[in-house]
Amino acid sequence: MKTIAELQAIRDKAREKMAVREGDSDNIRVIVGMATCGIAAGARPVLNAFVDEVAKRHLNNVTVTQTGCIGMCQFEPIVEVLVPGKEKVTYGKVTPEKVAKIITDHLVNGSPVAEYTVGNLMK
Amino acid sequence: MYRSHVLVCGGTGCTSSNSQKIIEALEREIAANDLTEEVKVVKTGCFGLCALGPIMIVYPEGCFYSRVQEEDIPEIVSEHLLKGRIVTRLLYDETVGKDEIKALNETDFYKKQVRVALRNCGVINPESLDEYIAMDGYQALAKCLTEYTPEQVIQVITDSGLRGRGGGGFPTGRKWALCAPNKAPQKYVVCNADEGDPGAFMDRSVLEGDPHCLVEAMAIAGYAIGATKGFVYVRAEYPIAVKRLQIAIDEAREAGLLGKDIFGSGFDFDMEIRLGAGAFVCGEETALMTSIEGNRGEPRPRPPYPAVKGLFGCPTVENNVETFANIPQIILKGAEWFASMGTEKSKGTKVFALGGKIKHTGLVEIPMGTTLREIVEEIGGGIPNGKKFKAAQTGGPSGGCIPASLIDTQIDYDNLIAMGCMMGSGGLIVMDEDTCMVDIAKFFLEFTVDESCGKCTPCRVGTKRLLEKLDKITKGNGTLEDIDELEALCHYIKENSLCGLGQTAPNPVLSTLKFFRDEYVAHVVDKKCPAGVCKSLLHYEIVADKCKGCTACARVCPVGAISGTVKNPHSIDVNACIKCGACMEKCRFGAIVKK
Repeated sequence: MKTIAELQAIRDKAREKMAVREGDSDNIRVIVGMATCGIAAGARPVLNAFVDEVAKRHLNNVTVTQTGCIGMCQFEPIVEVLVPGKEKVTYGKVTPEKVAKIITDHLVNGSPVAEYTVGNLMK
Repeated sequence: MYRSHVLVCGGTGCTSSNSQKIIEALEREIAANDLTEEVKVVKTGCFGLCALGPIMIVYPEGCFYSRVQEEDIPEIVSEHLLKGRIVTRLLYDETVGKDEIKALNETDFYKKQVRVALRNCGVINPESLDEYIAMDGYQALAKCLTEYTPEQVIQVITDSGLRGRGGGGFPTGRKWALCAPNKAPQKYVVCNADEGDPGAFMDRSVLEGDPHCLVEAMAIAGYAIGATKGFVYVRAEYPIAVKRLQIAIDEAREAGLLGKDIFGSGFDFDMEIRLGAGAFVCGEETALMTSIEGNRGEPRPRPPYPAVKGLFGCPTVENNVETFANIPQIILKGAEWFASMGTEKSKGTKVFALGGKIKHTGLVEIPMGTTLREIVEEIGGGIPNGKKFKAAQTGGPSGGCIPASLIDTQIDYDNLIAMGCMMGSGGLIVMDEDTCMVDIAKFFLEFTVDESCGKCTPCRVGTKRLLEKLDKITKGNGTLEDIDELEALCHYIKENSLCGLGQTAPNPVLSTLKFFRDEYVAHVVDKKCPAGVCKSLLHYEIVADKCKGCTACARVCPVGAISGTVKNPHSIDVNACIKCGACMEKCRFGAIVKK
């Protein structure tokens, strides 16, 4: 190692890989329903799409995690987004294709995607 | 990109309770559930809460699973890692609050801790240079080499008030400053990782959990004093530590963090490991250097001090592992930050190994000046089985005890010395009312008699005589004159021994005499052991009124000393009885008493 710049580059890259270990409670939380019903409906690719997309965009303030069944199995895969200080938004029938839009509109720009929400699906 | 990291403790404590098997089972189950791309298993160093091992933390939730068994792994993988349902029965019970799971650092054990030396233990994979760098690793070395002169580095360490964590508490900055000006073609940095105090294992934890930290700190010390070569003297009984440190040295060399022209500064530094064969005296600095040189590990008289004439006759700085572990943080965060913690003359934090009669055995790092009460009652979780706190032994065989009456003392170097104790390397053994203080003193003396190297007479012969006197007292054959002679001999050994081993060996006797003289007197005058430990001074009896004649005691007695017929009170033949206590444990009616 000859320069500090080299060291910084390694540090920044390694930090991103370890971001998942920072349990910051101020983070935006994305919770994917991963009970049997969720998995059967295709929740795993959705979960992975969130993880990859969040990593790709370097969103350090987002934690992606799973939960069990919340009782609305017909709408699985269900994804809940919790932005601190805001009301919880629940999306239903999420597919990997919808993930990018949820991240751009909701997580980055702060406006939930109304058409994907469970409320909208129940209409 | 992994969505979840599972951290499993790979320290010696958890390894001995089978964490390696758990890691293998985890990897197997993760593969079986097709989660290999999603979940990463990381083997870390020690988390400190060894009493609850094997320990596992699952991120991003931060769930703290304790006492995990191999059979639990399929459930953890299929429930938690796959479906996100936390396996609450395995959670550390203190983290389970009402309707929520508390973060680990809010529990009693971690709440008061400030982790400086142990900051990466249990947090990173010790076999990964990248993870160390992610936690600002090698930034301090880079800062020293590119921004500071060697004199400035020493100034920062001096200003921080850091004192040696190995026992004596000599100011680290002054030690470096004494060595730096000595001109010589070759100088050395030596790390003392020969952790020999029974019960202390903080150095092992740093080596196992954060080995790069030591590599970085030794390179910084090398720059500060003008040394290009470092030796780590680590005991061979620490195989995991040795292996991880070697991996770290190799990785650092590969990355150019050791070797020639580090960070383009023209500074060269390299280091190697030397294994100790387990002699306690090799933890003494001059004996350690003699051992590295390839000779029998015996101390040598000082002066000349190692700063002038140390390893291979060259100027040498020798520090303990925990001392080094503080260095990179002091450089990065500044001397004022470090000096803001602790007491007037003892700055920063200290790691203690909690052991003995305490609920949470393990490693804790707390600011200097924390009271013994906070350590025992809050962090340590108190004494098990509702017993009363009697005393705490610090500093191992070189230290002394702190009695219950002084439990509110702030722990730092000077307060401990004022009490006739010493910090030592930070072993803290908690004793309850069932501990006999004469027996404890005898236990430590047995250790020093075994470990005395034999070079000087006061230590070789003196400690042996001390042990004989203690043995006499615990057997009930002592006299009051023996106690006085014991005390006089202690002072003689302290004043006349060659090295620290002999100079401190009488401390356990002196401090128990100071605080628990009445127990010695009880052994000598009343021929009684108040705590009921010394076998020669007690006997077992059956209370006839309480005995139902169930015969359970007679059947469990290994020497057939109990006689009696069914449904009639039994009796013990005191001459045949070997005082093993098996009958007392077995009796359901409380009819057997120890007197």
